[in-house]
Amino acid sequence: MTWSEVFDLLGVGLQETAWMVFVSTVLTALGGLLLGVLLVLTAPGGLLSAPPLYSVLGLIVNITRSLPFIILLVAVIPFTRAVVGTTIGTDAAIVPLTIGAIPFFARIVEAALREVPNDVIAAATAMGATRTQIVGKVLLREARPGLVAGLTITVIALVGYSAMAGVVGGGGLGDLAIRYGYQRFETEVMIATVAALVVFVQLVQVAGDLVVRRLSHK
Amino acid sequence: MIEITGLRKTYRSRGREVRAVDGVDLTVGEGDVFGVLGQSGAGKSTLLRCVNMLERPDEGRIAVGGVDLTALNRRRLRLARHGIGMIHQHFALLSSRTVAGNIAFALEVTGEPRAARKARVSELIELVGLGGREDAYPSQLSGGQKQRVGIARALAARPKVLLSDEATSALDPETTDSILRLLLDLNQRLGLTILLITHEMGVVKKICHSAAVMRDGKFLESGPVADLLHRPGSSLARDIFPLGAPSPVSGQTVVDVTVSGSVADSPLLSALSREFSSDVRILSGSVETLAATRAGRWRLALTGDAAGQIEFLRTAGAQVEVVA
Repeated sequence: MTWSEVFDLLGVGLQETAWMVFVSTVLTALGGLLLGVLLVLTAPGGLLSAPPLYSVLGLIVNITRSLPFIILLVAVIPFTRAVVGTTIGTDAAIVPLTIGAIPFFARIVEAALREVPNDVIAAATAMGATRTQIVGKVLLREARPGLVAGLTITVIALVGYSAMAGVVGGGGLGDLAIRYGYQRFETEVMIATVAALVVFVQLVQVAGDLVVRRLSHK
Repeated sequence: MIEITGLRKTYRSRGREVRAVDGVDLTVGEGDVFGVLGQSGAGKSTLLRCVNMLERPDEGRIAVGGVDLTALNRRRLRLARHGIGMIHQHFALLSSRTVAGNIAFALEVTGEPRAARKARVSELIELVGLGGREDAYPSQLSGGQKQRVGIARALAARPKVLLSDEATSALDPETTDSILRLLLDLNQRLGLTILLITHEMGVVKKICHSAAVMRDGKFLESGPVADLLHRPGSSLARDIFPLGAPSPVSGQTVVDVTVSGSVADSPLLSALSREFSSDVRILSGSVETLAATRAGRWRLALTGDAAGQIEFLRTAGAQVEVVA
C-alpha cells in the first residue's frame, strides 16, 4: 500500500471519527448536563431533595457505567435500530457512544457542581433567588471551568470508545487501525492512525485547557 | 423591625438531638444595631439563619417588618427575602463574576430592569468605597474589599434589614474596624436595622446599641448595652471590663462601680474623695467609648465610711456592688 493510499484511508477515517465524536459530544453535553443537574438537585438536602429519585438515577448511571463499552454497543442494537433505522455505520455508532458517555459526563457534572461552595448557594437563596436562577446563574455558571475540563475528558473518552465502533461498521480511525493495521499487518496504516489519534487527542486537550484557563477566576 | 418569639430549632443527626436554638425571644427596633455574642456552637448562627428562613424553625414566630415569615409560601418568602440583606463570614461571592457583576446579580434576582441596573451598581460601588475596582474579580480583592462587595450586594435591593453572619471574623483587626465603621455609617445614613452575630466582644463594643449573650441555644441576657452594663452579674459587662476575681483588702471595702453616659464623663472619684476626705484606691478598671454610650467600670478600695461613700456614688448615678 502506498503512502498516498494510506493518507486517503486516513482522511476518511479522520472524518468519520470527527463526525461520530462531534455529534455524540453535543448530545452527551446536553444529556449529561441535564442528568448531572438532576442528580445534584434531587440529592438528599439538595434544592429539590428527592432521595428515592436520586437513588434510582444513581443506580441507572452506575449500571450503564458498569457495562464494558463493547457490550453496551451490542446490547443497545435494538434501540439503535429503532432510533436510526439501521445498526451499521457511523450514525448507528453515535447512539451507543452517546448512551455510554452521558452517565460518564453526568457524574463529572455532579462532581463539578458540588464544588460550588454551600454558602454561595445560601447567599443566593437569602437574596430571594428562584431555583432556576440558582441553577443557571450560580451552579452552572460557577462550575463552568470544571464543566469544560470534564467535557474535555469526555470527548477524549469518546475518541477511545469510537475505536470500537468498527464492530458495528462505524468506521473511523480506530476501526482503520484494527482492520488494516492489526488484521492485515499494514504497519504503515497502524502508525499513521496512531499518530493521527495522538494529534487529535492533543488538540482536544489543548483547546479544552485554553477554555478552562479563560473561564477560571479562582 | 425584627420580632422573634419562642424560637426553637433542633437538629437530629445519628440519633442525637442538638438543641441549637432553645426558646429565644428577640426584638430589634427600627434603626437599631443588635449584636448576638456567643462562642461557636452557641446557636447564634442557626438563630440568624432562621431570621431569613435559611433554616426553618421548629417552633416560634419570626416577623420582619411586621410580616410573619413562618406563615409565607415559597414565592412570598422569596419576595420577602428581597427586603432582608445578608452578609457572610466568607463573603460568598460568585468567583466567576466581577465586582460589578456580583452586585448586578442581586439586582437580576430582584428583577430590576437591565437599564436601571447599571446606574444602581455604580451607586452601590461608590457607597461602599470600591470605586475603580468594579472590573476586578473576587480573587483579585483583599478580604476587606470582598466584604465591601458583599455589603453592596446585600444592599442592592434597598433592604430595611441587614443580617450579618460573623462578617468580620475572617478579617484582620484594622480591616475589621473599617468594615464596622462602614456598617455604622450605613446604619446612620440609611436607617438600616442591623442584626449581627459575632464571637468578638470588640464588634459589640464598637457598633451595637443592644446586645444579647447566647449560650447553649439560650439568651443569658439581652437588652440595650448601657442597661446590661449596669446589671449585676452581667457577663457582657464582665467581658467588656474584665476586673478579675476580687480579693479582700484588710480594713477596706472593695466595690465594683459601673458608670455610663454623663456619669462616666463626670469627675466622680475626685468628688468622692473630696466629699469624704478619704483615699480612694483604684484596684483595676477602665473607661471605654462604646457605640451606645461611654462607660467605665472600676474596682475601688474604700477607706473610712464605706456605707456613706457607696450611698454617695449611687446617688450620683453609679451602680455599686460590694465584692469584698
